[in-house]
Amino acid sequence: MTALTREETQALIQEVLEVYPEKAKKDREKHLAVNDQSIEQSKKCITSNRKSLPGVMTIRGCAYAGSKGVVWGPIKDMIHISHGPVGCGQYSRAGRRNYYVGTTGVNTFGTMNFTSDFQEKDIVFGGDKKLAKLIGEIETLFPLNKGISVQSECPIGLIGDDIEAVSKKAAKEINKPVVPVRCEGFRGVSQSLGHHIANDAIRDWVLSNRDGKEFPSTPYDVTIIGDYNIGGDAWATRTILEDMGLRVIAQWSGDGTIAEMENTPKAKLNLLHCYRSMNYISRHMEEKYGIPYMEYNFFGPTKIEASIREIAAFFDDTIKANAEKVIAKYKPIMQGIIDKYKPRLQGKRVMLYVGGLRPRHIIGAYEDLGMEVVGTGYEFGHGDDYDRTIKEMGNATLLYDDVTGFEFEEFVKKVKPDLVGSGIKEKFIFQKMGIPFRQMHSWDYSGPYHGYDGFAIFARDMDMTLNNPCWSKMTAPWLKKEEPVAEKAAA
Amino acid sequence: MANIMIRRDNKGNYQFYLPKRDLEDTIVSMEFDTAEKWGGEIKLNNGGTYYIEPQVAPARLPYSVRARRLDAAE
Repeated sequence: MTALTREETQALIQEVLEVYPEKAKKDREKHLAVNDQSIEQSKKCITSNRKSLPGVMTIRGCAYAGSKGVVWGPIKDMIHISHGPVGCGQYSRAGRRNYYVGTTGVNTFGTMNFTSDFQEKDIVFGGDKKLAKLIGEIETLFPLNKGISVQSECPIGLIGDDIEAVSKKAAKEINKPVVPVRCEGFRGVSQSLGHHIANDAIRDWVLSNRDGKEFPSTPYDVTIIGDYNIGGDAWATRTILEDMGLRVIAQWSGDGTIAEMENTPKAKLNLLHCYRSMNYISRHMEEKYGIPYMEYNFFGPTKIEASIREIAAFFDDTIKANAEKVIAKYKPIMQGIIDKYKPRLQGKRVMLYVGGLRPRHIIGAYEDLGMEVVGTGYEFGHGDDYDRTIKEMGNATLLYDDVTGFEFEEFVKKVKPDLVGSGIKEKFIFQKMGIPFRQMHSWDYSGPYHGYDGFAIFARDMDMTLNNPCWSKMTAPWLKKEEPVAEKAAA
Repeated sequence: MANIMIRRDNKGNYQFYLPKRDLEDTIVSMEFDTAEKWGGEIKLNNGGTYYIEPQVAPARLPYSVRARRLDAAE
């Protein structure tokens, strides 16, 4: 199927909207758009960061998911208490594959679940005592933890527990940071507000802990911010930066520690990968400590090269020379990968629907493989994300914000992409429809996809999925034979 | 009244950021923009206008300041 024209795409949106009741249709209309590169501001064509419509199937998470699952969870040497009923923590436990180095249960706690397991009596009489007791127990059982964070679940906000007071008292007793995070799930419209709340908690409780303390710094200190080390992403990124001669003093928050976070204000430059979830803290550090931040993109060799040069521009000539060396070193390797996979993937069309950064960042990597992204959208992106997306996407491609299960299915049926990249909730629907699918949240249990090392794996995975022989076997053999007969009967 | 943050982007323009609403935008015009007098009415690219009490220009950007909303877009 050839690319849709602007009118066809517009007609497709209208067709999909047709099934909604009048009010819902009016609301959803604002979230669907045809991309137009000439538009400077996304708000002229698409509305984002609004409450999902009741009754539709949204793919969003909650503020707790944004704070515990994304920002705080990967900090490996802290214990993150899911404060409230047991389910929120247990069902989200270790699902995000934030890799880390350490001995789980001894000095790192990334895949473990700690919860205060609220019961009826805790709701009635308050859970502050239980929390204090829990922190004491943690300290006895896991003495090598470097700090504790209290991630509130919905009931905490509803019954008005004072977790700040408990945390302050406990911090004095155990002489470690205890951070209360007010990330009750009902706050905000999606996990995006959870990121903001988590960033604010880091700002208020962690970031200034080592102000004024000595730190042996070099002029080449940088930090990786907003890389959650999914399948080892942050490590692939770190390799490149270290090859350039930079010293990475902190990783936020994949494979990160609280000590690294406390040392971040000593950096010379903050490198920001996931803009949506960590821009808040980067802005704060720019204002308070005068550390500039830079958004970079380590998906696909073209974008990596551009980002490496942009990073090097902040430093002196040695780094700039190193940057060129790194680019030259990887160029033939990357060319080899492109030569191998591009003929197999050329011209394939992709539809994406991911969280807050990948819908635009990963476009370059697909283009390097000769593939085309024909539709993209964010679960919880804001206006500034769409501002940045419009330029990356081709004209007359589809943009969909907080797409509903129904809309996404209909779009895929009509646009007929060769590959869909989204999350686990969408995976089996599309696979059963016979469309190759990759999970773009967890890299489908593969990875890393960041950096030069990641691109090799990315290219292999895309080829493996798209050119899998199973897609030609979607109809059972006995059904295939019947097809011409059925057609004859119909005729 | 709301807290806003003003920074310079890589093109040298003033950037306006309103944390409460996660609103980021370019400032198209600022009433006073000299070292002694800075602020006044600011116009955003999205059509909104805000007012900062005129003051001595901040020594360093980004700078957080209280602003009054005169006319918000949307």
